[in-house]
This record gives sequence, C-alpha cells and structure tokens, in this order.
Amino acid sequence: MPKANVTFEKLGVTISVPAGTRLIEISEKVGASITYGCREGECGTCIMKIVSGMEHMSERSVLEDKVLQENMAGSSQRLACQAQVLGGDITVKA
Amino acid sequence: MNASPNAVELAPGTHWIGALDPSLREFDIILKTANGTTYNSYCVRGDNGVAIIDTVKASHAEEFFARLEQAARYDEISTIVLNHLEPDHSGALPELMRRAPQAKLYISAKAQLMLKALVKTDDLQFNIVTTGDRVELGGRTLHFFSTPFLHWPDTQCTLVEEQGILFSGDVFGCHFCDPRLFNDKVGDFRFSFEYYYQHIMRPFREHVLEALELLEPLELKTIAPAHGPILRDAPRSYLQRYKQLAAPLLHNEVGANDKSLLVFYISSYGNTALMAQAVAEGAETEAGVRVSLYDLQASGGLPFVDLIEEADGIAIGSPTINGDAVKPVWDLLSSLAVIKVRDKLGASFGSYGWSGEAINMIEDRLRGLKLRVPVKGVRAKLIPNEEELQRCRDLGKQLAQHLTGNLQRRVISMSELLSQEQSHA
Repeated sequence: MPKANVTFEKLGVTISVPAGTRLIEISEKVGASITYGCREGECGTCIMKIVSGMEHMSERSVLEDKVLQENMAGSSQRLACQAQVLGGDITVKA
Repeated sequence: MNASPNAVELAPGTHWIGALDPSLREFDIILKTANGTTYNSYCVRGDNGVAIIDTVKASHAEEFFARLEQAARYDEISTIVLNHLEPDHSGALPELMRRAPQAKLYISAKAQLMLKALVKTDDLQFNIVTTGDRVELGGRTLHFFSTPFLHWPDTQCTLVEEQGILFSGDVFGCHFCDPRLFNDKVGDFRFSFEYYYQHIMRPFREHVLEALELLEPLELKTIAPAHGPILRDAPRSYLQRYKQLAAPLLHNEVGANDKSLLVFYISSYGNTALMAQAVAEGAETEAGVRVSLYDLQASGGLPFVDLIEEADGIAIGSPTINGDAVKPVWDLLSSLAVIKVRDKLGASFGSYGWSGEAINMIEDRLRGLKLRVPVKGVRAKLIPNEEELQRCRDLGKQLAQHLTGNLQRRVISMSELLSQEQSHA
C-alpha cells in the first residue's frame, strides 16, 4: 500500500501513514493542537496550514472550498477533517 | 455636567456625535464598567462631503442620530467608515445606511464577512481599504491604517490628515463615561484605560507593537477612540503607555537563549507533588532550560498568568478527584484567555485513586488553547513508584529538549502511534 510521511512541524514528529488517511485521523492521535468541531467539513474549526507537500494532498471538494473561502483561508490552508494525504512527504504547521 | 445631546466640536468641522451609556455596569459579560461607557462616533465635514466614522450600539441609535443631525444633513453624507464591526460600533449602521443611501461605506478586508453577518441585505455595497488608502472630502483627507487584531481581525484606524485626528477604534479606548468627553476635562480615568488594555488588547500585544510602529510617525494632535475620553492633551503619551504595556511584564532573567519551563502542581496527599518534583528534576538535566516549580494551592492572587505569558512551556500536575482535575487547575487554565499562549509547550501529569481522567482533560484544554502538547502525560496510581517517577523525569527531560530543540526528530508509523495511544489509555 502506498505510504505518505506527514511531519508535524511544531511537534517535531513524522508519521508514516497509508495513502488516503485524513489529516484529522493523524493529528488527533499525535496530539497536535488542532481543534475540531463538526468533523464533517462544515464548521471550519479544523483549518490548518500545509507548509509543504500540498501536491500530495487530495483536491479540495466543493464543500471544503466553500468553507475555506468563507473563513478567508489562504491557498496553503486545508480542513484537517477533509484533506487526505495521497503519498510523498507533507509538512503541516501543528 | 451637561448631558444634553449636542454634537461636540473636536476641531473645525469635526464633531463627536456618539452616545453616553452611564448606567452600564458590565460590558460584553466580561468587563466591569464602574461608571458606564461611551460609544464614540464622529462626523468630519469637508468641502465636498461629510464622513461619519463609526456608529453606536443599536440601543443608543436615537441619541446618535440626534447628535448627527446637529452636525450634518443625511443627504450631505458621502462617506461612512467603520473602523471596527463589533455591534457596539455597527449597531446603528443599517439605519444610517437607510437614511443616507448615497453614502459609500469603507471597511477593512477582514471586516467583509462580519459586515455581511450584521447587515442582512442582498445588495450590500462597500469599499475595502488598507494602509495608504485615502478618501478626499475636500480640504479633509481620510487616511486609513490597517491595524488588525486590535482587538478583532477587522480593526483599522482612520486619520484626518489636515487636523491630525486619529480615529483609533477600540485601541486607546476605555470604558469610562463622562460627558465632559476630553481627557483634560473628565475625571481620573487612568484605571479604566489600563484595565481596558489588560482585558482587551493584552492577548494581541504583538499586534499592538506592530500598530504602534505604524502610528508613531504620525503627527497626532488628537486620538479619538471608539470608547471613553477623547485624548487631545498629550496624545503621544498614550502611545508611549501602550508601548510600555505591550512590553514583557517581567524582567526575563533567563539567559538570552535560555528557555523557561514552569511546573505547576496541586496535591492532596503529596503524590502529585512528588511527580512534579521529578518532572522538574528531569527538565533541569537539560542545559539551557530554567525550571520553576509552583504549588497551585498557594495561587490566590499570585500573578501566575504573568509568569506564563513570559514562559516557553508549562507542565500542570493535578490529582483526579471525582473524574476531574481540581478547581485551582481549571482556574489557572481559564485565566489564560487574556494572554497569548499559542505555540507554547504544554504537558500534564498527576496521581489518581481510581481512574486518572484529569491528565487527558488538561491536555485537551491545553490543545484547545493552541499549545503544543507533544509528550504524552504521566499518570500514577496513588503513590508513584520509582518507575513512574522515572517516567516523570523522562517527561521533564523531553519537554526541556523540545524547548531547546535538542530532541531528535522521530519517524513513527501510524500503527506504532495507535499502540502507544492504547498503552497510555
């Protein structure tokens, strides 16, 4: 199964995960300080910054795009509950 | 004192047209207001148009419009500026826009979503401005300055260039109601000024310092905030006072590159105290970290929040009583809303009799406050044994290494992570 390496910059830890894992599943296990609300891509609570490796992330869905825009998020930000890692090396600010 | 609803001149053609709220005793639930507050709004007359700067709380709209009508006709109003969208400044906006439909509205970029949430009309027209943008009124020029997070994302200041009057929004304001209005006329409002800073601006002190850099070069004759006295006597002294307030409160005696870790604990039978001692011992083995140990039982009135504001990391030890951390711990954690704690290091530990929920609850709260919680806390059933005390020392050591950056970067698999999680559950 393809793997992705997700580095949590502030925690100083890298997690090797199966492709397709959502960021929220990793960040809550690793204890990153990302807060969660609805976990369904609606509330925008779990907005997080991708430092590098956005090309290894799933595309934004229409819903995620709408919520990010409503929250004035930049192009480097994603919803942890929606974004999946697809492979390669990804670094997040958490 | 004269409380009649007259527009009050600040400078030729520029008037205060706000509202007095002398009976208010509590603002926004969180602030005490011993003699009420004011909602300051201003009217600037130029040769080609009139600008209204901010409005008032909806409940005080009538007073605001009565004053406005003394300073200008509605059909003269060409410009409305909102420096801050909170309802106490935007409450009368919808009615003002209805009475002066020709007026153009100027707000900061970050105010857009708030505006749409406050003014529920489909054809809302507005102009986005930022630092350097100007609006000409004819002989009067409004110059905008982007000063975000003082104390909302949307906040900005507006200068009347020809008169040196800075409409500052909430920054430099305070809750103090005195119809004499000007700082050289009103009663002693120093306490209110400091109290307002400490409760409203303090969490954003980095933004305060950024804003001061922007505002200090300006030739200011008057600072006209959105609450409290208008600062026409020695206006620069208020910038200076903000600069002092935004500087670190405690002299940092730690070496320039050293890090500070605070270990707080509270203990019923001395078990969590033993663990706290071990955490501190472990942390002290790492060079470059200064460790301090505090018993929360003695916390009444002590300035722990000031200490935490300056610290790089905090570890909190609590026993679990009836499935919860104890009240002094929650009191400490709930006091942190007035300072910036984001990205500080956090950790938890404690002794328990039955189940030990406190540790996870404290960790969740620390994460909720946006601290980093990279090291799983240590729990010990009743009296900690040597192995558990060693885990406390390891916790302290790892926390210290996180602070110094001497921790080796770890790569672990998701399955290892899950098994670690289960072993700590």
